[in-house]
Amino acid sequence: MEAFLHQVFSGLANGAIYASLALALVMIYQSTHHINFAQGEMAMFSTYLAWAMINAGIPYWMAFALTVIASFFIGLTIERVIVRRVADAPVLTLVVVFIALLVILNSITGWIFTYTIKVFPSPFPEQPLFGPYVSSHEAGVVGVSLIVLLLLFLFFRFTSLGLAMRATAENAVSSRLSGIRVGWMLALGWGLAASIGAIAGMMVAPIVYLDPNMMSGILLYGIAAALMGGIDNPFGAVVGGLIVGVLENLMGAYVVGTELKLTVALMLIIGVLIFKPTGLFGRSFVTRV
Amino acid sequence: MALLEVTGLTGGYGVTDVLHDVSFSVEQGGITTILGANGAGKTSVLRALCGMLRVSGGTIQFASDKLNGRATESIVRLGIGHVPDGRGTFLNLTTEENLRVGAMTRKDKAGISEDFKRVYGYFPRLQERRHQQAGTLSGGEQQMLAISRALMLRPRLLLLDEPSFGLAPLVVQDIFRIMRTINDEQKVAILLVEQNASLALELADSAYLLETGRVVMSGPARELREAESVRRSYLGY
Repeated sequence: MEAFLHQVFSGLANGAIYASLALALVMIYQSTHHINFAQGEMAMFSTYLAWAMINAGIPYWMAFALTVIASFFIGLTIERVIVRRVADAPVLTLVVVFIALLVILNSITGWIFTYTIKVFPSPFPEQPLFGPYVSSHEAGVVGVSLIVLLLLFLFFRFTSLGLAMRATAENAVSSRLSGIRVGWMLALGWGLAASIGAIAGMMVAPIVYLDPNMMSGILLYGIAAALMGGIDNPFGAVVGGLIVGVLENLMGAYVVGTELKLTVALMLIIGVLIFKPTGLFGRSFVTRV
Repeated sequence: MALLEVTGLTGGYGVTDVLHDVSFSVEQGGITTILGANGAGKTSVLRALCGMLRVSGGTIQFASDKLNGRATESIVRLGIGHVPDGRGTFLNLTTEENLRVGAMTRKDKAGISEDFKRVYGYFPRLQERRHQQAGTLSGGEQQMLAISRALMLRPRLLLLDEPSFGLAPLVVQDIFRIMRTINDEQKVAILLVEQNASLALELADSAYLLETGRVVMSGPARELREAESVRRSYLGY
């Protein structure tokens, strides 16, 4: 029983990370219907930035904040400089661009920081604070994710910039006709997504260790989570993330063994796409003719 | 001087021109209507004004600004409220949020809450439904919302694309009555594009008749109403 509880809790912690990444994916998908395959590598690159800052002697939370801000501008720039130009291109072009971004970020990071696996610190104490089943880092990850979610919710619900971004995601033409600078809203969306991804990266790095390929698996879980919740639904992405996290851990511990964990995520992706393409909470699109 | 002066407008989609040498104007505080059958190019005219149609010739002069080649957002910010065909409702936002989006470009908090009161005064039904998702509103209510959303911009010119489309006659009358009020009270100039010629000619001061992308007749609304050809083809008596 104790082992089971432990698996569930650590699944929730992983799930919180997948949820964050899924949220980043959903944020971009909602406004542009693009799935950013480079989301994971952007997060990984951000995590290296944090690592470099921490190594240079900057205190953890300071480095954390600077990384979130820097990532925001990196995301914004990628949208303005690259994605903007292919926004109306055929889907395949976009897929190729995103995969190229993924590979470019991966190899640039490897070139700058080498491929040697690095230890990334956790800001949370080593002693478990909440009983024997939960490590402090796991509890901290859940806490940080909850704070991020809450901030995002407040931003989108109560600020006028948040409203403008929601309007843009729903109807770009009407938004333009209301004078909203739609292009900037899309760029802001990329910035925010990159910041959320960066947080996910910094939270997962102490668990999986830091190397240029650390996010490849996480991104798959993130995509599975986003699809499961309904790719256009932020709330669904979060629930999907938690479900995928727990499911992955329990399947790994009791059913398929750790080697096949990632396979579970892939099977989830295929299963959702075949049997319930709109996900658990997604809207099916009805068009009035 | 006219508020909006369009001269020799030519343009279209892709390589095909759908508007040919279209000229018309809207006076300060006036109501101009463009009539025409389906496919005559009425919606395209409005799109061209807002930078949503390729314009290959002619000039669009709005007060002291030339609109040619400007981005939609910038044109709107000059004070042009566009109520698009299909109404452009943000279905997942509430009624109130839709209106807040309409006021997005403004900073004057007091003025905005004044305008909230004003549009709720015009359309009390919207106030009743202000916390409801706009997707759940009826067609008529969505049309009211679309007009109100455009008004929240405090426009100098209101572009209306077939506000009567698909609505019950009583609702249409209601909406036209309020458009008259808006024009009287707020001195907003209106450019109305309509298939319902009799209603439009009653409301407008001047009218243009569009056929396959060309202006074939123009003049004071009163004159067009009495013109034999308009009566036969568009008024049906």
